Amino acid sequence: MAVMVGVRRMAGRWSLRTAGHAGRFAYFLVDLVRGLAEWRIWVPRTFEQAVLVGYGSVFIVLLIAGFAGAVTSLQTGYQFSNQFPKYIAGGVITESVILELGPVLTGLILAGRIGARYAAELGTMRVTEQIDALESLGRSPMSHLLLPRCIAGMLVIPALVMFANATGFGVGWLAAKSSLGITNADFIYGARFFFKSFDLWYSVIKSFFFAAAVTLIPCYVGYNTQQGAEGVGRATTDAVVSSSVAILLLDVVLTQALLTGTT
Amino acid sequence: MITLSRISKRFLDHVVLDQVDFQVDDGQTVALLGPSGVGKSVLLKHIIGLIKPDSGTVTVDGQNVATLSRKELATLRTHIGYVFQNGALFDSMDVKENIRLGITDEKLYGDAEYCETRVRECLRLVNLQPDVALKYPSELSGGMRKRVGIARAIAGKPKYLLYDEPTSGLDPVNSDVIDGLVERLQDELGVTSVVVTHDVRGAFRVADRIALLWQAKIRAVGTPEEIVASKDPAVQQFLERDLEMALIQSESTDGPDV
Repeated sequence: MAVMVGVRRMAGRWSLRTAGHAGRFAYFLVDLVRGLAEWRIWVPRTFEQAVLVGYGSVFIVLLIAGFAGAVTSLQTGYQFSNQFPKYIAGGVITESVILELGPVLTGLILAGRIGARYAAELGTMRVTEQIDALESLGRSPMSHLLLPRCIAGMLVIPALVMFANATGFGVGWLAAKSSLGITNADFIYGARFFFKSFDLWYSVIKSFFFAAAVTLIPCYVGYNTQQGAEGVGRATTDAVVSSSVAILLLDVVLTQALLTGTT
Repeated sequence: MITLSRISKRFLDHVVLDQVDFQVDDGQTVALLGPSGVGKSVLLKHIIGLIKPDSGTVTVDGQNVATLSRKELATLRTHIGYVFQNGALFDSMDVKENIRLGITDEKLYGDAEYCETRVRECLRLVNLQPDVALKYPSELSGGMRKRVGIARAIAGKPKYLLYDEPTSGLDPVNSDVIDGLVERLQDELGVTSVVVTHDVRGAFRVADRIALLWQAKIRAVGTPEEIVASKDPAVQQFLERDLEMALIQSESTDGPDV
């Protein structure tokens, strides 16, 4: 009986906390939209942020995409050897990278890299009263701090996903040639055979949603940080975990919404 | 004029302010004294609208701060300079950019020549050399950070200046320098100031009136002479303890006789 009461109490607390976050997140989004009017402030800062997060993330994104392409290629060889025509490997590798590995792996890596950065920066600014100081000067934290970060991420992440797709595809091709002994003609034939132009659009659409998860959630968590250094640490962890989970959930939802029934 | 009328504020079960009345007339410097953690900074943040009261009203120049729209609040804030306890300087910007952000008039903020002159002028007002403008907050001492915080607060030529513990964490010499600065800015700029502090000596030096916040209420208000003459045991206790602390501090600064 006591256990049941405890479970109910925990569920109640969790529901209240979740509802509270949902409400505050909705207000946060409304404030962001209102901040768009101050474009003279956020536009120049957006470019600064885009260079900071984009340029700094290129290497790790391409590295991960390259490895993902190579591993996909090797595993395709292991699964399909002597059972299917070799050109099929071209299709499997291309589709795996474009539809899933490029966007999802890039999203998860950037949730760690950009998300942690945003949450820690904003969290530190909150606990050291820098955000209060900005407000006390009659300036909006939305246009000065949050919009530049969110919009920079929205611009840069889809671009990084496209680079990741190209790299995964290229490395996958090279790995397929060396390990499976597939010819260039076979690989290209397989890739073209399975490829639809919508696949690329699907990858772009996914990357925009993932970019939203990687920027909005950490900005919200960082902006609402409390309780000093420990709070900043907690906010950073929460931001990375929440945006990673959001990416995986969005992946399922978008796949269901955009791919199911299109074949 | 700043008026707080029957302000109450609680955080969870902790009552921080209970039916507090507080007034600051134009041109005056009022020191708000009280022990650490009593809610002095919370009261100060009510004035600028960073915290909203659970009940009661805060009016600045006849405007009820809690009911202002976002735009009206931003406009009101351009008339108020706020000096934060730890400076709250933007650590990704150099001193020049920090002070420039304090220029709240958007047209003037965009005028590079005006900003350059104003930053230099503000640095002079807080007794800092012009070359400090190129340093980052992490390169400054505690006292310098406080002074840059003050320079940022006055950059927009505010009508009101709110100081949150301007001398906390500073040695007695630097505390005296900051107190002198507060006094001088009052004379030179003619601003209305509220100084939140637990440093009795500093409060008596800079303030025209002193208020004591004690157990969530304003316990005493008056001129420094009236406060000293107060027979209220809480006021006496607070003043005596601080004077003892000042005595201990001055003995430790002088060092033992050899």
